[in-house]
Amino acid sequence: MGRKLLLEHINVPGINTFEVYRKKGGYASVEKALKTLTPDAIVEEVKKSGLRGRGGAGFPTGMKWSFLAKPEGVPRYLVCNADESEPGTFKDRYLMTHIPHLLIEGMIVSSFALGAHTSYIYVRGEMMPQIRILEKAIAEAKNAGFLGKNILGTGYDLELYVQPGGGAYICGEETALLESLEGKRGNPRIKPPFPAIAGLYGCPTVVNNVESIAAVVPIINDGGEEYAKIGLGRSTGTKLISAGGNLKKPGVYEIELGLSCEEFLYSDEYCGGIANGKRLKAVVAGGSSVPILPANLFLKTINNEPRLMSYESLSDGGFATGTMLGSGGFIAFDEDQCIVRNTWNFARFYHHESCGQCSPCREGTGWMEKVLHRLENGHGKVSDLDLLVDVSKKIEGNTICPLGDAAAWPVASAIRHFRDEFEWHVTNAAEAVTRNFGLAHYADPLVKAEAV
Amino acid sequence: MKVTIDGISIDVEPGTTILNAARQIGGDIVPPAMCYYSKLAGSGGKCRTCLVKVSKGSEKDPRPMPKLVASCRTTVMDGMEVQNITSPEVIEARKGVVEMLLINHPLDCPICDQAGECDLQNLGFEHGAAKTRYEFDRRTFHKIDIGDKIQLHMTRCILCYRCVFTADQITDHRIHGILNRGDHSEISTYIQAAVDNDFSGNVIDVCPVGALTDKTFRFKNRVWFTKPVEAHRDCDHEKCNGKVTLWYKGDDVLRVTARKDVYGEVEEFICNTCRFDKKKTSDWVIEGPRKVANWSVQSANHYETLHPLPVLQTNPVLIEANKEQFERETRL
Repeated sequence: MGRKLLLEHINVPGINTFEVYRKKGGYASVEKALKTLTPDAIVEEVKKSGLRGRGGAGFPTGMKWSFLAKPEGVPRYLVCNADESEPGTFKDRYLMTHIPHLLIEGMIVSSFALGAHTSYIYVRGEMMPQIRILEKAIAEAKNAGFLGKNILGTGYDLELYVQPGGGAYICGEETALLESLEGKRGNPRIKPPFPAIAGLYGCPTVVNNVESIAAVVPIINDGGEEYAKIGLGRSTGTKLISAGGNLKKPGVYEIELGLSCEEFLYSDEYCGGIANGKRLKAVVAGGSSVPILPANLFLKTINNEPRLMSYESLSDGGFATGTMLGSGGFIAFDEDQCIVRNTWNFARFYHHESCGQCSPCREGTGWMEKVLHRLENGHGKVSDLDLLVDVSKKIEGNTICPLGDAAAWPVASAIRHFRDEFEWHVTNAAEAVTRNFGLAHYADPLVKAEAV
Repeated sequence: MKVTIDGISIDVEPGTTILNAARQIGGDIVPPAMCYYSKLAGSGGKCRTCLVKVSKGSEKDPRPMPKLVASCRTTVMDGMEVQNITSPEVIEARKGVVEMLLINHPLDCPICDQAGECDLQNLGFEHGAAKTRYEFDRRTFHKIDIGDKIQLHMTRCILCYRCVFTADQITDHRIHGILNRGDHSEISTYIQAAVDNDFSGNVIDVCPVGALTDKTFRFKNRVWFTKPVEAHRDCDHEKCNGKVTLWYKGDDVLRVTARKDVYGEVEEFICNTCRFDKKKTSDWVIEGPRKVANWSVQSANHYETLHPLPVLQTNPVLIEANKEQFERETRL
């Protein structure tokens, strides 16, 4: 049984209300931070904890905080990125729905650490119930004196606002989020300058994921060193994984980083194996934008070591045989799923969500989607595979924001690992529209590549 | 600050972008730019044709930058080393970007008024492949009249946002922008309201393609048959100084544009009165013929050679090379 830090009290009835949350030890970190710690000490504590951004990129949060410029007379902002829209990821929504005060508490502590007196929670527009829940939670906290002027008599002021977005995936990119928050079209900004220097309204801003901010609470309560003991190597602490796909028990699980993938997938404590007694074919380990892996490469790394749920182990093997932890959107595919159709579905999503600002992403995502659509419906050509790989290479790294990379990686990795399935879709076009390729050799034990 | 671009060093002011440093050097090493416009603040970074490789970040931090960077928005650091045409990676990426820019472009150059002075045409000629690998329908839009003098043909648009920045900064209020997102996005006035402003005509000049065209000039003539002449008039608009280029065909002024520099950027924005209403020689003080770069198709009608340029080459080496190439290509 792994330790639970964020979801410890998730099953307590009424934990979404202030009274119950407070009774269960909530807002202790606010008292501790505001009364006994200095802002720099909190940043230092977060640095010590080794907490890495839970939104996808995995950048150390403490480091990000210490980069924040602190010019005199200019306000600083903390913005919580709750624009969770990656296909496969739903952990932030779960957290905000069931235990909203954890986020509020984290926001107060983090804002205090950064010296922000106005903070925003930017919530995706489709999450209307969560917006209401958060607003209710903020009102309760304000009523109890944890928000507003002179919090707990310490002289620290903080106003917290919830801002609904318009429901665009691109607004989850931090600079596009800031543009959207300012009331403009959600186009990513060209960096540099980074938000830590000039972010919201041109002022220094930190943008953090919901889970990163929530994780600050146990760090302050237990101390950074205690938090760093959980996990493995540079992947410290716990992580929420939103498991979906053909699993017996899909849902949001809190795991200690470093748990083995096999245990996460098959143990009854977590996903409980593949539904309907089928076999695993492929896994998308961290949300739709990370490279997809076949079953054998997901459970074992290329060196035949068991793969673990941690930032390092999942990216073991680089893009050739590895993937990324990303935002924790875990999607499992059983043997009856079609990888071509799934890749097309992802490409369709990125085509729809590209902001249209820079040309490789605007044109390339649409192009890939059309080629994949043709492949899936039995009109493909063998040359399409190389074309897709080439187009994805032309997009990757040449765009303003990471959406281009996110669109290119799933396509490139699907073709890298499932090339024979794509080829089968071309050579057996009539059959491909009536049945699926099946498991084939994707779960076979790995053959060690010969040293060249 | 010292910056080295493709092995050529130059001292520039702090805060200069790589692209502007390259322009100070000049020549082949200047990255092409489709969306950057030095007169418009905030432009650039979108088209990605100006990508360059920074092989050495600065004197202090000599690490190379991990990804290719947009030279129009990256400022130079002291001791920075940049590779443009010497890096195969950059050439490859640029080729990809040109291909992407062209996949939804109709390539209707034969009937496009911009042909001959089109940035995309020049870019495609230099970097594009002869054939496209795109086999699907291109996006199309209906032509829209924005105002009685400007026509918007979105089908040709490459979404550089230059006209949006122009409308934002040159005119006093903006009533057009981008609708939708991704490859459905379009420049629009939303309710097709007339763009009614003294400086709105400048969007025609900043457009790198034929998406925004001058309705008083549409289908009148090909650019390379007209003769550009520099002229000025005493314009009474306080922000316009009346320095323009007149495009003559015979004795008629077919159109009036602002003067453009070697990078296709206007030197000074002009008002709509100068652009659309003053089309008689008697309105203007002629300064002299405009210099046209000899790589431009417009120079086919240059004043020194009133007859078309010779198609047949007289150089024996070239004749030999052409023959060889002809044989090689017709062998099968």
